[in-house]
Amino acid sequence: MATTVHEPPKIEVDRPPSRGSGNGGWRNLVPADGDLRRVKDSSPPPASTGIWVGLAAITMTFAAFTSALIVRQGTAPLVHVTLPPVLYLNTLLIIASSISLELARRRIASFMGGARDRAASPARWLYLTLLLGLLFVAGQTFAWMQLRSQGFGLATNVSYSFFYVLTVAHALHVFGGLGGLVRVIGKLNKSALRRSTLDATSRYWHFMGALWVYLLLLLWMKL
Amino acid sequence: MHDMSAPAVHGAPTSFIRKHVFSTDHKVIGKQYYALALVAAFLGMFLSWIMRIHLGWGSFAIPGLHLLSKTGAPGDVLTPEYYLQLMTMHGTIMVFFVLTTAPFAAFGNFFLPIQTGAEDMPFPHFNMMSFWVTFVGFLVLVASFFVGDGPTLGGWTQYAPLSAIGSVGGPGEGLGVVLWATSIAIFCIGQLLGSLNFITTTLDMRCKGMSLMRLPLSTWAWFITSIMGLTAFAVLLPACILLILDNVAGTSFFVASNLVINDQMLPHSGGSTLLWQHLFWFFGHPEVYIAIVPGMGIVSHVLITNMRRPMLSHRVLIYSMGSLAVLSYMVYGHHMFVSGMNPISSLAFSFPTLVITIPSTIVVLIWLGSLYGSRLRINAASLFALGFISMFISGGISGFFLAQPSIDIMLHATYFVVGHFHLVMGVAAMFGIFAGTYFWFPKMVGRMMNETLGKIHFWMSFVGAYCIFMPFHYLGIAGNVRRYQAFTDDYLIPLIPVHKFITIAALFTGFAQLIFLYNLIHSRLWGAPAPNDNPWEGTSLEWSTATPPPHNNFGDKMPVVYHDPYQYSVEGASADYIMQASPENVHSPDEEK
Repeated sequence: MATTVHEPPKIEVDRPPSRGSGNGGWRNLVPADGDLRRVKDSSPPPASTGIWVGLAAITMTFAAFTSALIVRQGTAPLVHVTLPPVLYLNTLLIIASSISLELARRRIASFMGGARDRAASPARWLYLTLLLGLLFVAGQTFAWMQLRSQGFGLATNVSYSFFYVLTVAHALHVFGGLGGLVRVIGKLNKSALRRSTLDATSRYWHFMGALWVYLLLLLWMKL
Repeated sequence: MHDMSAPAVHGAPTSFIRKHVFSTDHKVIGKQYYALALVAAFLGMFLSWIMRIHLGWGSFAIPGLHLLSKTGAPGDVLTPEYYLQLMTMHGTIMVFFVLTTAPFAAFGNFFLPIQTGAEDMPFPHFNMMSFWVTFVGFLVLVASFFVGDGPTLGGWTQYAPLSAIGSVGGPGEGLGVVLWATSIAIFCIGQLLGSLNFITTTLDMRCKGMSLMRLPLSTWAWFITSIMGLTAFAVLLPACILLILDNVAGTSFFVASNLVINDQMLPHSGGSTLLWQHLFWFFGHPEVYIAIVPGMGIVSHVLITNMRRPMLSHRVLIYSMGSLAVLSYMVYGHHMFVSGMNPISSLAFSFPTLVITIPSTIVVLIWLGSLYGSRLRINAASLFALGFISMFISGGISGFFLAQPSIDIMLHATYFVVGHFHLVMGVAAMFGIFAGTYFWFPKMVGRMMNETLGKIHFWMSFVGAYCIFMPFHYLGIAGNVRRYQAFTDDYLIPLIPVHKFITIAALFTGFAQLIFLYNLIHSRLWGAPAPNDNPWEGTSLEWSTATPPPHNNFGDKMPVVYHDPYQYSVEGASADYIMQASPENVHSPDEEK
């Protein structure tokens, strides 16, 4: 596919911006001072802003689930749910995955910054993150299977319904993060990784970890 | 490593599929959204015609109606249940696939990147997905006409427990609800992807010189709406998921224990009936502003261009639209005054509902103050912009009454509310869409629309809409309950002539929309070519580029912005306007002193 890349915009330095050219037809209420200095020359890469916007949407989704749980709890007491112990191990796994991803990110950042320390081998840490993420999902699946084997399914009662919905919704978002990690590893192997892509994936993954800790606390306190 | 400073640009596609179907070009996507909204609008209007004829002349057989549903319209006359099913589909189609899709997704997609000076959206594939996901959502919704016993009858709000109990609730409940909730969940994903692009484009893709305050009011409106969309649809999506689970997985999120429906004890237990209302209206009230705020921006943009002077205050208009967005989340409980909520909660929701009238009033006063004494260029676009203001005021005033819990308790389930929201978010938003269509049509397709037909369209729609919806208020005060398919009670029978009048007005107004459709298609194919790239002598960046804009919006030279967006009637300028991208330097008389 043909690629069109434009020259960066050029400012005519000889021609001053139209400073003070107010709108004489309407009492200068909307002056055009033409001050180009107010605008930053470079905006952050859209991926950087985009990931925060995406995380805001995910936050709202889980806030909605949380408020649903709280509103329901206000109607009548919820049946107590004993959380499967494997969830605590899973929590350690996802925290460890965040640490390994951060180690990878810092190594790649220093590599992009000019350091040529081949021994740093960031890909190794990325693979470890991926493995820990997969283990987390496997651990969550084990928890669901354990509950089901005990006769506690999605429709057993509202408490279990909330448990399954919250944990499955989180796991689906973790799958998105795993896809992002695979993409980062692929791009790194092709030497085509952008810093903004790495940072965005990293923020998403850390957010998934923090979100899980929040959900665990919520389930532990409310169910 | 790639050069990170390189702009994210993509070449023009050459194949038909990539150019016109699965296109990542925001302009093509904008047109696709517009086409979808157009189809949806006429489908929604067609449904309203059937309902209105039934309300006026209940035994009248509409030829061919049985083709829509043999069980729902035996002998070409609606059954009471099918009336409710059509009403549900009318509301859902209009709110989601017209009022959200056209002013926000269609025009926003086409013009937001151009008005910000961007080559495209930063995530064009997400943008393409946004449209096609929405399209699939529409197909899923329409599919419910043709499965089982038809679409759901629970209304566009789908109140629980009716919506959550499955087929025992009546025709369309069960499978119809599942299709409805699936459609809306898919729609939410599409709007979330779209909002992501709108926000990042506005924040990150602005061209050199385009500070936030130099963005046109239309772009500000889309930006504010996208923030609302991001937060509101992210709440409706999980609500729909929970509703689907209640219907297909046997969960009881929205169904309380020991519920008996149609002599059947339901197996559900432990849910909260009001939970759905909380989740739905947390989305639902911002949705009202998602429908109307883009119209505010479009109308402001159109009026300024035709007044040849800016609004009294650019900033205050932006702050007011922003305030509306923030407050819209704090008022949702006013939809639940009759739900049995604590009276103190009602008061807590009533107060911000009255407060939200302040930014609304400020916006209206700025429009009226700016119009005062201006020599407005009268054309179809400016007429519809004026009509928007008229509808917004008329519909907004009844909102003052409904904001009071004590009055709302009496009017809540009557036609008064139907008249209120149809004027303030339905017709007003439609007028905003029409204003945008007549105004931007030359830029979108390179041809002019027929102005005479446009003015006829306006006057018929303006008169017709008032003839439909003002009597609704009278009916509501007279106690005419909404959602009834026939009026057989003694106190309602004298009101039937009013319903007949409204039906005639609805057919008349609908006919005006057929004139619009003819004008749109005829002008697209055979309309007079746009005389130049800037036929309305506008100032914002869409008028600086070619008509229609090239693939990357600005050709070989990216724009640099030197001016605020609305520099009209500038003393000392070579014309009565200075375009944003013009380096023309004009010193004000004050500065020369």
